[in-house]
Amino acid sequence: MSDQTLTQEKTPLEARFQGAVLRDDRKGYQGFIIKAENLVEIATYIRDEMGYDFLSSVTGVDYLPEGKMEVVYHVYKTTGGSLFNFKVQVSRDNPVVPSLVPVWPGANFQEREAWDLLGIRFEGHPDLRRILMWEGFDGHPLRKDWREAYYEEEGKPFKSRWPEGHVKRVEDAKPLSDNVDFPAGFDPEKWIPVVETALYAGFGKLDNMEDETGLEVDNIVINLGPQHPSTHGVFRMVARLQGETVMDLKPVMGYLHRNHEKIGERNTFLQNIPYTDRLDYFCSMTNNWGYVMAVEKLMGIKVPERAEYIRVMMAELTRINNHVSNIGFLLNDLGAYFTPILYCFEERELILDIFEAVAGSRMMCNYYRFGGVARDLPEGILEKTRQLVYERFPRKIDELDAYLTNNEIIRTRTEGVGVLTPQQAIAYSAVGPLLRASGVPYDIRRADPYGIYDRLDFDVAVRYHGDVFDRYMIRLDEIRQSIRILQQVVKEIPEGPIQEGKPQYQARVPAGESYGRVEGPKGELGYYVISNGKPNPWRYHVRAPSFINLTALADMSKGNKIADAVCILGSIDIVLGEVDR
Amino acid sequence: MYGLGIIKGLGVTLKHFFMTYWDDLKRLVKGNRYYTREGVAYRMSSEVNGLFTIQYPEEKLIVPEEFRYTPFLVYDEKEDGGKELRCTSCGICAKVCPPQCIWIVRTMDPNTGRPIPVPAEFYIDIDICMNCGLCAEFCPFDAIKMDHNFELSVYNRHEKDIVNKETLAKPASYYASIRPVNYAREQAARAEAESARAARKAQS
Repeated sequence: MSDQTLTQEKTPLEARFQGAVLRDDRKGYQGFIIKAENLVEIATYIRDEMGYDFLSSVTGVDYLPEGKMEVVYHVYKTTGGSLFNFKVQVSRDNPVVPSLVPVWPGANFQEREAWDLLGIRFEGHPDLRRILMWEGFDGHPLRKDWREAYYEEEGKPFKSRWPEGHVKRVEDAKPLSDNVDFPAGFDPEKWIPVVETALYAGFGKLDNMEDETGLEVDNIVINLGPQHPSTHGVFRMVARLQGETVMDLKPVMGYLHRNHEKIGERNTFLQNIPYTDRLDYFCSMTNNWGYVMAVEKLMGIKVPERAEYIRVMMAELTRINNHVSNIGFLLNDLGAYFTPILYCFEERELILDIFEAVAGSRMMCNYYRFGGVARDLPEGILEKTRQLVYERFPRKIDELDAYLTNNEIIRTRTEGVGVLTPQQAIAYSAVGPLLRASGVPYDIRRADPYGIYDRLDFDVAVRYHGDVFDRYMIRLDEIRQSIRILQQVVKEIPEGPIQEGKPQYQARVPAGESYGRVEGPKGELGYYVISNGKPNPWRYHVRAPSFINLTALADMSKGNKIADAVCILGSIDIVLGEVDR
Repeated sequence: MYGLGIIKGLGVTLKHFFMTYWDDLKRLVKGNRYYTREGVAYRMSSEVNGLFTIQYPEEKLIVPEEFRYTPFLVYDEKEDGGKELRCTSCGICAKVCPPQCIWIVRTMDPNTGRPIPVPAEFYIDIDICMNCGLCAEFCPFDAIKMDHNFELSVYNRHEKDIVNKETLAKPASYYASIRPVNYAREQAARAEAESARAARKAQS
């Protein structure tokens, strides 16, 4: 995967940092292992000298049998190319790793997540608090020795189901009143709730003051959410306001956290596919594709032609679906209450009808399998898609463009609002339309192609102002490019098998690690899967684009009004299923 | 002129409003714009310019064949009227189910102590079921399939949450009526397997 592992000679990285950099030669693994003391220095070298300016993912792994915790970094170049992977290993008893936030600010939320879920402390992190669990939670859920409340067995399939099934639900067998574990010394009767002091302390002192025009303004801290009609789900923003201007904004997430990654470790590889549908619940097809791609890399199987075309068709339909819904939601946030969103949902309904006919379900499609897709396209679907793509969608998107783009209200409210410069976007690991609207033309389908995208003819949409209006326009551009891709796919799709080999319910996945990423509608959706040869994965991590795009929210909102903060959040396009997993 | 963008936008929405009634008038003579399957298909097609809404529950969209909701067990009706469940309680569906919502107990022959391929108990917890369809996909005997019925609301939460073998069993004719293409393909595969087996027997 990394171009450095093709030869056995010393790479420039190894030559420069003798002894601090070792090749990772475990079976099925790639990349380098770096000593924790030299991490920041080597990371700066990787960013500046080697040119890997974009940090894709930071994740922790718990190797309980070896007594080690590992932090894995994936970086790439915005000029294109494959990933570069390096790791740090520390002992499990007191895991301390230097923070890479000074080098790549996009590591901020991901290091907080590794602290929260695995207990790895990052030295030098500006604000190391729990991010997905609440302050005061005891324990680190992703550790291998942590058991959840209704724990049954280490891995599925559970033996209690067959052959002596005898239905009994876990909730009845272990009622929560008896099964709850409190930390030592905790008395629920005498407990006074911990107010989020760390969160609010980060704002500094608040005094009433006068602004430039001599008007006395209030400095207040308000909470937007988690129950709020415009936060796209249960998402909370704590904003410090001076009058109506946002001075600082901290996002608080984790209200939808389901510990998807721990469930993934209990599932078998096949059983994980329906769970990936529920991450970014608008785009289930691309979620499936990322996971299936990661495991196919481990298994080393190739996908037949027809299945590749069907995969691209479903992914591009998902992209149109998501972008058109997002335009609707953005306009909802701006106050155009429901007309544009329902026009957009009309198109979405037709796409969902196609998904229902092909995969069986409108949103939770569960369609991709290791080596292809689950079922072939039924009769008439290709014809229906052809009609949609050649006749209906171009007309409808032009109509959407005609009645929204030149609207004076939209223009005044979105131009110049929430500007993200390209340097900021790359530093904050922003991906997807957020990155491309800021002038960085990075699209995985062109930079590091997967599937058959290298054969298809399409342009990468890019816009240069980086404000909310450009993010709206770029989504229209991307819908048009998706229509273009679909027109080619529908014309060129060949006949043939749709799955490699016989469908197996016990996937045999050799040991190793792999990182599969797709250009989902929200950005780069990556899956980091580690297998140790058993039926269940050892570690399963989702690099969620919505989660990491939120790192840029604070900087984009500063200086704008509170009403604009809602609009900026709408333009980033988050889905809480992905943010919180 | 300032405001021209807004006025043009309003023109588009006004056009949608009028086109819906114009579409209605065009179909007035034919008379089947609402409440018939042709009417629904026409309203969903690419030719229509106005808005379309399905008037549920008077109109219901026919779900496509692949639609999957909760599972059901298929039984073949024998000539003497008896029901023969195709399920052999191999347990693959219980193993492959992601939320582990299937419980199966095999029947044991009281005389020999060996298992008989018929399920003694078969429970599915409908509350936990994810409707993923993996059980139907990996069943080697075409014994469990995904149903189309999605109107499962009840007033009492615990009345129908766990369904047993009797409630789950539905005839193969029902399966053929909801999934004709799949049924035809599976019958063809079975017939082919039968003739191959007969040919091998004749040879040996």
